[in-house]
Amino acid sequence: MNEMKKTRKLAIYGVLTALAIIFGYIELQLPAFFAVPGIKPGLTNIVVVVALYSLDNKSALFINFVRIAIVSMLFGTVIAFMFSAIGGLLSTTVMILLKKTDKFSPIGVSAAGGITHNIGQIIVAMFVTGTTNILWYLGILWLTGTISGLLVGLIGGMICKHIDLNKII
Amino acid sequence: MDKKLFKKNDLILISVFILISAIILICVSLFSKKGANVVISVDGKEVVSLPLSEDTVYNIGGYHGGENILEIKDGKAHLTDASCPDKLCVNMGYISKKGQSIICLPNKVVIEIKGDTEEKNNFDTISE
Repeated sequence: MNEMKKTRKLAIYGVLTALAIIFGYIELQLPAFFAVPGIKPGLTNIVVVVALYSLDNKSALFINFVRIAIVSMLFGTVIAFMFSAIGGLLSTTVMILLKKTDKFSPIGVSAAGGITHNIGQIIVAMFVTGTTNILWYLGILWLTGTISGLLVGLIGGMICKHIDLNKII
Repeated sequence: MDKKLFKKNDLILISVFILISAIILICVSLFSKKGANVVISVDGKEVVSLPLSEDTVYNIGGYHGGENILEIKDGKAHLTDASCPDKLCVNMGYISKKGQSIICLPNKVVIEIKGDTEEKNNFDTISE
């Protein structure tokens, strides 16, 4: 029985990671519509929110990191990996901490995640380019991070309401 | 999951987030003045400084043979073309205010507006 549970868990992890990778790939294909780079819908975060709420903290962190590593290896560069890894780990950590307070719904948690993801990327950008003059982008990315995080949290929360992954396991 | 999808705390949190972004944006646009020079650096090293007042086209040789074409027109600077795959730097549009920048990460090119405006120079002349 225990073996069975382990196998099911492994399969769910695999499916979610694959889904996150596909979302990551789709996002890479989106052209830069906007004047400001860094604005992304954050589709992959839907998977992270679902993992966070219907599985556990560890699985969300694990799935996000594996996704970032694989997407960067397949399609990205070292710089892209640094950006994604720091942004992704920072946002997932903040989301886990906010979820632990139990005061917010997936929407608030994911909005905070969206912002911290962008902040993480701006910190890397400051190191890579050696300039501190990108505060302007911080303001814009802060706003778009909130909006995309809000939408992601809404979708993720709705998915969690209808599909309980723990029941499958 | 039987919890509510949207809580009161979320509303407070998100309002705070939007307020902070508004404050950052307002501060940035209030305190930024029109700059005088376009300073181009590649891989952290300053390459050239061009005056914003003169219309010109400059070809920036970026990192690893990358290329970015900078155009200065009507006191504003922007990139017209770049060799990077995503062209994010081209999409960044025009910059003219002090402290604004265009960054092309693949080519490690940073274009910044620096220096004070002519208004400041006039003031200096008067005070002399």
